[in-house]
Amino acid sequence: MSIEIRNVTKRFGSFTAVDDLSLRVETGSLTALLGPSGSGKSTLLRIVAGLEWPDEGEVILSGEDATGLAPQKRDVGFVFQHYAAFKHMTVRDNVAFGLKVRKRPRQEVQARVDELLRLVGLQALADRYPAQLSGGQRQRMALARALAPEPRVLLLDEPFGALDARVRAELRDWLRRLHDDVHVTTVFVTHDQEEAMEVADRVAVLNEGRLEQVGAPVELYDEPATEFVMRFVGDAHVLGGTLVRPHDIELRHLRREGSVEVEVERITVLGADVRVDLVDGDGRRLVARLRRDELDELDLERGEILWALPGRERVFG
Amino acid sequence: MLRRHVPRAVALAYLLAILVGPLAMVFWRTFEHGVEPVRAALSDPETLHAFQVTLIVTAIAVPLNTIFGILAGLAIVRRRFPGKGLLNAFIDLPLALSPVVVGLSLYLLYGRTGWFGTWLSEHGVQILFAWPAIVLATVFVSVPFVAREVIPTLRELGDEQEQAATTLGASGWQTFRRITLPSIRWAVIYGVVLTTARCLGEYGAVAIVSGRIAGKTETATLRVEDSYQNFDVQGAYAIALVLATIAVLVLIAMTLIKPKEQTS
Repeated sequence: MSIEIRNVTKRFGSFTAVDDLSLRVETGSLTALLGPSGSGKSTLLRIVAGLEWPDEGEVILSGEDATGLAPQKRDVGFVFQHYAAFKHMTVRDNVAFGLKVRKRPRQEVQARVDELLRLVGLQALADRYPAQLSGGQRQRMALARALAPEPRVLLLDEPFGALDARVRAELRDWLRRLHDDVHVTTVFVTHDQEEAMEVADRVAVLNEGRLEQVGAPVELYDEPATEFVMRFVGDAHVLGGTLVRPHDIELRHLRREGSVEVEVERITVLGADVRVDLVDGDGRRLVARLRRDELDELDLERGEILWALPGRERVFG
Repeated sequence: MLRRHVPRAVALAYLLAILVGPLAMVFWRTFEHGVEPVRAALSDPETLHAFQVTLIVTAIAVPLNTIFGILAGLAIVRRRFPGKGLLNAFIDLPLALSPVVVGLSLYLLYGRTGWFGTWLSEHGVQILFAWPAIVLATVFVSVPFVAREVIPTLRELGDEQEQAATTLGASGWQTFRRITLPSIRWAVIYGVVLTTARCLGEYGAVAIVSGRIAGKTETATLRVEDSYQNFDVQGAYAIALVLATIAVLVLIAMTLIKPKEQTS
């Protein structure tokens, strides 16, 4: 199911959480809503789910206006950051909930729940209560529960935000693979650019309630449309008044037109890549990334004075 | 070593002196002359009637205030509406108000010269000095207990589980029935216990509005007072003991059914 958000605005008192935002999510895609906290990404997701009402604008699901539709009728699965597990129910009953309220036949419910518990690897824990599960297990249960009624859209609100780094990485991979298997249109909210780049095939960058840019991860990195995207997605440093990516900084021993004097503070070899920490004349720190052979060619040393040139300048209007 | 036991000893002594002592005293006095006088006192038809009145009034007031308490709790915690603060404050009114004042206000409303009294008596409806007044007074004084238990529990629960149920396709009623109610059930049960205790023990408001006609509009607590005034001390003790026993049994039952492991 495709999602179309048309000129949506949502205010909370005097605060505008979402500001005249339009976005299209294609059927079967895995899209990340990326932005800092307060950028309106969670509010936007909740508007799509019907958990918040927009003050202005429309939400179109599968080509049909769903703006006034109750959340029960939208056919969406929603996964909350803090799991929203039904604490008085076992894992099995949690997953079965959406099917039971739809009064599906018992055998069908049981078969579907078993299938989902297998999919998320919780068969052995089916009779436990949420309090007896780890955070990662609870979130997998919440995912199975959201998928059970076969929603046409899966919405995840900072799904890995409350988990520790290792479980986070595991669940990221898992979500990616799940999406490849199930192919349900999926939108997830994150403030972690690495997470967005790694998991999603399209990323929408939000800032102060507005859409900055939407595109494939590589597009955002290589062709950022705004200074905000440049800074928020990947590393960016100020060099001679312009923004540059670390690997776009060229280092030379000789001064050239437009180059800036820098001092080498530290050289770190990271496998095939090298990280060079630099300080410019104003005491501003920046990082350059070189290949090993470039480093060997330059023959760098700590404390050395060099000339840095932005290999690729970006000027944002 | 000793210092560690001091607070516990003080607390225990306090409870013994204030609560257990008087209760034990009632128990002792009731059975001072054996079981036979107790049996006789409790089989007095007017006493039996008084118990009946108390139980029926309780059976009306508790369900009413349970439903009201849950609805008011949901409204106050989950909804925004004008006058919410006022509703919240009014729920506590019976706790702040002396039952005697409650009785008096009912008297002023429904008495022969009261606001509604004139109209009601013209239409042949008797409220004061009859059943309806006892029920009204009892409902009034026992309003806060379920709501006061349910409100903090609902707040702590948050609404994420309810939202999750909604996105999973549950209707408002299904969400309430399958998610909200099971999550607040202990608060509701505790509120019901407190409401029941309050209804059984109500004296002041009922004393004013019931007319205290033995065998007609007399509740168990009024009967205690009545017996005592008529030098039937044995009878007063026996009824008091039954009331105290019901209260203790309710508390024990609640402790037994309360789950051992409360899920966090």
